[in-house]
Amino acid sequence: MIKVENLTKRYAAKTAIEAVSFEVQKGEILGFLGPNGAGKTTTMRIITGFMPASGGTVRVDGFDVFDTPLEVRRRIGYLPESPPLYPEMNVTGYLRFVAKIKGVPKDRIDSEVKRVMDRVSITDVKERIIAKLSKGYKQRVGIAQALLGDPPVLILDEPTIGLDPKQILEVRELIKGLAGNHTVVLSTHILPEVEQTCHRVIIIDRGRIVAVDTPQNLRFQLQGAERIFVEVAGPAGEVLAKLRATPGVINVRELNAQNGQHRFQIEGQLHKDIRSDLARVVVQSGWGLLELQSASMSLEDIFLKLTTAEEVEKSSN
Amino acid sequence: MRNILAIIERELRAYFSSPIAYVVLTIFVFLSGLFFRTILSQVLQMGLMAAMQAQQLGPRPMDMPGMISRGFLSTMSVILLFMIPMITMGLFSEEKKRGTIELLLTAPLTDVQVVLGKFLAAGTFFLIMLGLTWVPMSILYLYGSPASGPILTAYLGLLLYGLAIIAIGLFISTLTENQIIAAVISFGAIMMLWLVDVLASNAESGSKDVLTYLSILSHLDDFMKGVLSTSHVIFYLSLMLVALFMTYRSIDSLRWRG
Repeated sequence: MIKVENLTKRYAAKTAIEAVSFEVQKGEILGFLGPNGAGKTTTMRIITGFMPASGGTVRVDGFDVFDTPLEVRRRIGYLPESPPLYPEMNVTGYLRFVAKIKGVPKDRIDSEVKRVMDRVSITDVKERIIAKLSKGYKQRVGIAQALLGDPPVLILDEPTIGLDPKQILEVRELIKGLAGNHTVVLSTHILPEVEQTCHRVIIIDRGRIVAVDTPQNLRFQLQGAERIFVEVAGPAGEVLAKLRATPGVINVRELNAQNGQHRFQIEGQLHKDIRSDLARVVVQSGWGLLELQSASMSLEDIFLKLTTAEEVEKSSN
Repeated sequence: MRNILAIIERELRAYFSSPIAYVVLTIFVFLSGLFFRTILSQVLQMGLMAAMQAQQLGPRPMDMPGMISRGFLSTMSVILLFMIPMITMGLFSEEKKRGTIELLLTAPLTDVQVVLGKFLAAGTFFLIMLGLTWVPMSILYLYGSPASGPILTAYLGLLLYGLAIIAIGLFISTLTENQIIAAVISFGAIMMLWLVDVLASNAESGSKDVLTYLSILSHLDDFMKGVLSTSHVIFYLSLMLVALFMTYRSIDSLRWRG
């Protein structure tokens, strides 16, 4: 449903994301996990067409976000990091406006607004002015806005931020209920959140993807396994086979490829340094070894920066 | 078209749910009434003097309603210059500040639709202001019979002039998140376009023509006299289109800069 390839965003002074590639299947919930400033929001803004990338492509339902932005935007419901609300409007008026600019047919606007208000339980405040709502309600109006028009893809940037624990659970249930019919990409810096809601997790740090996995495997990673990145210039299939055959290797996955250079993520047995073995395999086969990096340490660093316990977030509310 | 209408409707609602609309309209009506009264008494005094001279030199025709409407509508053009930045200042700056720009730029709308929606919303509000000048203007029709031709061209001139200023204010509103700064810069920019006239009076003959041409108020004179000239129409329309195009480009660059 969503295909992101080699996405890069550079500003004058810094690179926000570099060579980010991933795919999201239809009906899947994908979590974007990373500390603040890792590039989650930038990636989401590029997918929604808010900003163009410096390089790479994004396809949503087969449509390129740069060449056919309107087709892509019609298919996406987007909740930005801070909900895009007009404080002087009332909830119904606001949702009717969003429904109109999203192209919901005139005769369906009323029923559509009613549907999303029921979905996120804000019907009781429908006549209230948005400025007067609590933070939790504002966030839910933001989610309701993303659901308008029933788009097949939902991009939710930190959907549970600012909610109280009960509301967090409700929103998570809501998101889980969207799976199947909708493809959901959500970002968070809270580890338990992805464990509870997502089918698959991408961990991003300083603009690079450092891991792609299921929440269960991630938990396993957290408990410790060697993770190594290798970049090789050579035939992908053969390289993959040889790397897999190396003793001590548990799993190998190709992350991305560019001009015949392939980047692999290798999981090795714990407490066993297989880097020299891997280097030997690559060099003896006559391929170019471009990069070899142990990531276990950096992954731990990232986890340290994440909010790993729900309690912390709760107490700050 | 439906998208543009949705944006216009939202903007107009926003104007009237904030105090800005009421403050601007109240002050505008108050000032226009005040100036109308002043101009009326001035012209009446001139009429009295002319009548006294007529006893000695013989009667000379005098178009009093025309003088009043010309004086009044010229003054309105100056007042509008102060008022219009107030109605354009928040158009994009507030969207940027609240983050709602992200909603507009990720909705299935083209940037042109967003810019036109905002522009036409401010244009509609401006039409309401122009409409309110008919409160004093109707007095001329109640107690006299002014020639409608010059009044019509004067309003056409004011309309074109106002839309051009709105487009400039709209562009400046895309440059900042702070609507006060947007208002002050718009005001400054419009003042510059007004005051090049003063510079022109001291300039050499070559640059004088250019500076006079650039002056935003000098093009109104002919409209006020009842002369409809294409070159003035083209001046305001091109100023408006250039400013709208710059707005469009500015929104585009907003995406690149994030």
